[in-house]
Amino acid sequence: MSLPAPSTIIRGRTWVWPDDVNTDIIIPFRFKARTNDPVEMAKYAMYGFDPEFYKKVKPGDLFVAGRNFGGGSSREQAPVAIKYSGVAAVVAESFARIFYRNSFAIGLPALEVPGITKQVKQFDEISINLQDWSVTTKDGKVYHALKVPEFLRGLMREGGLVEYYKKHKSFPWEGLQATASTT
Amino acid sequence: MSQTILNDDSLTFAEKIISIKADGGKKVHNAGEIAVLPGDMAMAQDSTGPLAIKVFREMGVQKVWDPKKIHLVIDHSFPAPDEKVANLHIMIREFVKQQGVRLVEGSISHQHLLENHVVPGMVLFGADSHTCQAGAIGAFATGIGSSEMAAVWASGKLWVRIPESIKINLTGQFKKGVYARDIITHFIGMVGEDGGNYKSLEWKGPGVKNLSIASRACISNNSMECGCKLSIFEVDPVTQDYFKTANRKAMFEIHAGSKAHYKEEYDIDLGTLDPQVWGPGNESKVRSASEFGDDHLDEVFIGSSTNGRYEDLQVVGKILKGHKVRAGTRCIITPASRDVYERAIQDGLVETFLESGAVFTNATCGACVGTHLGVLGENETCLSTSPRNYVGRMGATTAKIYLSSPATAAASALEGHIADPRSYL
Repeated sequence: MSLPAPSTIIRGRTWVWPDDVNTDIIIPFRFKARTNDPVEMAKYAMYGFDPEFYKKVKPGDLFVAGRNFGGGSSREQAPVAIKYSGVAAVVAESFARIFYRNSFAIGLPALEVPGITKQVKQFDEISINLQDWSVTTKDGKVYHALKVPEFLRGLMREGGLVEYYKKHKSFPWEGLQATASTT
Repeated sequence: MSQTILNDDSLTFAEKIISIKADGGKKVHNAGEIAVLPGDMAMAQDSTGPLAIKVFREMGVQKVWDPKKIHLVIDHSFPAPDEKVANLHIMIREFVKQQGVRLVEGSISHQHLLENHVVPGMVLFGADSHTCQAGAIGAFATGIGSSEMAAVWASGKLWVRIPESIKINLTGQFKKGVYARDIITHFIGMVGEDGGNYKSLEWKGPGVKNLSIASRACISNNSMECGCKLSIFEVDPVTQDYFKTANRKAMFEIHAGSKAHYKEEYDIDLGTLDPQVWGPGNESKVRSASEFGDDHLDEVFIGSSTNGRYEDLQVVGKILKGHKVRAGTRCIITPASRDVYERAIQDGLVETFLESGAVFTNATCGACVGTHLGVLGENETCLSTSPRNYVGRMGATTAKIYLSSPATAAASALEGHIADPRSYL
C-alpha cells in the first residue's frame, strides 16, 4: 500500500516535540526490525514518548519539533512510521542529516524553520505550503523554510523515490548539474 | 584533472574526494554545492536491507548496477532471535541469490568491510548510520536510508551535498587507562549531539600517529553521535602499514590542502583526558569515570561496531584476568566480527572472560540494538561500550544506559558500579 503524494497546501493541528528527538524514540529497533509493513510500523510511531501515540494521532496532524529531529540511526522506518501514522508533514528547527534525506526519499514533507517552536503550541492549527516552502502559524504569520533544491522539492511533491521512479524511470538527480544550495 | 585536484591546497578532504569522483574529475566542487556521486561500494544490513529490497522491487528495477560492489550483511540480529526476524533474513538471502550480490552473516558490517573490502579514496554508501567508520582509512563513507540504497543499487549513484568541514587537532599522548573512545566521547560532550550535523570531521595533528586503525575506526564510527556525514583520518604511515598486510591497494590517497577552509576548529590534548562516561541517557553530560557514585549496574555490555575489536577485547582481558565479575552484574562480551571472535578464542582471551564470570557471545551487534543477547528490563541500569544511550535503545524505555570505553566497562563489571579502570592497569 502507498499513500497519495502530499497536497500543495497542508492544514492540520500540531504535535510539538522537543530538541533531539532521536530515531529510537520515533520507532525502537526491536519493532522496526521485525516488519517490512508500513502500517505495522505506524503502530510504534513515537513509542519512546508515548506507546499509545498511534491511537491519539489523527490523519492530517502535523509535527513541529526542535533541533536535530530524527537523530541517530539511518532507519527509514522512522519517517515511514510517522507518515503512515497519519502525520502529513514535519516542521523542525533542524533535522538530523539522514532523517532529512529519508523524508524526501519517502515523500514525507520535512521543512526546516529555525525558531518555529517558539511560534507554535500543541494542537495549534497551522498550514504548510509545499509550493513556496513556507509555514503559516495560527495568527497568520508566514515563516519561510530554509531553501531546498528544486529537484528535491519536486521529489517531495511526487511522493518519494518509488513514485518518482515508476513515473519517470529515472531518479530526480540524474542529469543534475552542480548547483549552489543553502540546504 | 584529478592530479590537479589532489594537489589543490585550498580544498578539504570532502571537497577533494567529491571533486575527483563526481563528473569524472572535470570540476572542483566546494562546500554547499550539490553533486551526483558514483559509489564504489554499497552496503545494507538486516534491519535496513529488507526495506531496501521491497523498495527496489516496487520501483520495478530488474537488475542491480554491479553485483560485486553490493554487500548485504546480516549482523544486527544474528542469528535470528525469532520468526519475524528470521523471515526478513530469508528475504535477504533470496535477494542475494537472485541478484548475485555479496552476503555475509555473523560479522558487523562496518568491521567486516574494514577487514576485507574498503580502501582509501573509495566512496561507500551504507544503509546504516555508522557507515562513517570507514573514514578511519581515508574513504568517503556515509550513511543513507533504504530507499536511497535501492536507488544506489539501481543506478550506482546518489546526490550528495558537499559538506562543510570541522578540523580537530589532536596533540599529546594518552595517560594510562585512556583510549580512543574517551576522545570521541569527550568531543561529543563538547559539541553536542548535532555539533557535527551535515559536516565532515577531519581528525588531524601530531596525536593522530599514536592511534591504531582500530582506534581510528572507533572514533570515526562513534562520530555519528554528533550527526556527522563523514569522519576522516587521512592516509598516513599507520594506514599504509595496515594495507600492506591487508593486501589491498588505495584508490587515492587524499590529503586536505593546508589552506582549506574549516567552519570550526578544535584542539584536544590527549594527555589531559581522563576515562569518560556519558549518561545516564543522551540528555546527561559527559563526565570522568571517577565522578560517578556506586549505583548498581545490572549489566555491562562490551562490544558493538564502536568497541568490539580485538584491541578492545585485549584491554578487557588484561583487566578481567584473575578477577571475578561482581555478583548481581551481568557482563556480556560480543566481538565485532568473525575474525575477532576466532582470534579471541585462539589467543586464550575467551578463557579469561569465562573464568571471570563474563558471557562471551557470537559476533553480532548484540545487546546494542535491544533485540537479543542482553536486552534490558524495566528500570535496569547498564554500562555499555556501544554507540548509543537513547531511551529504549537496549530494551525497556525505563532502563538507564551509560557509555564508556571497554576498559572502563571491564573495571565497572568487576566493581558492580561505574569505576575508573586505572587501578586495574
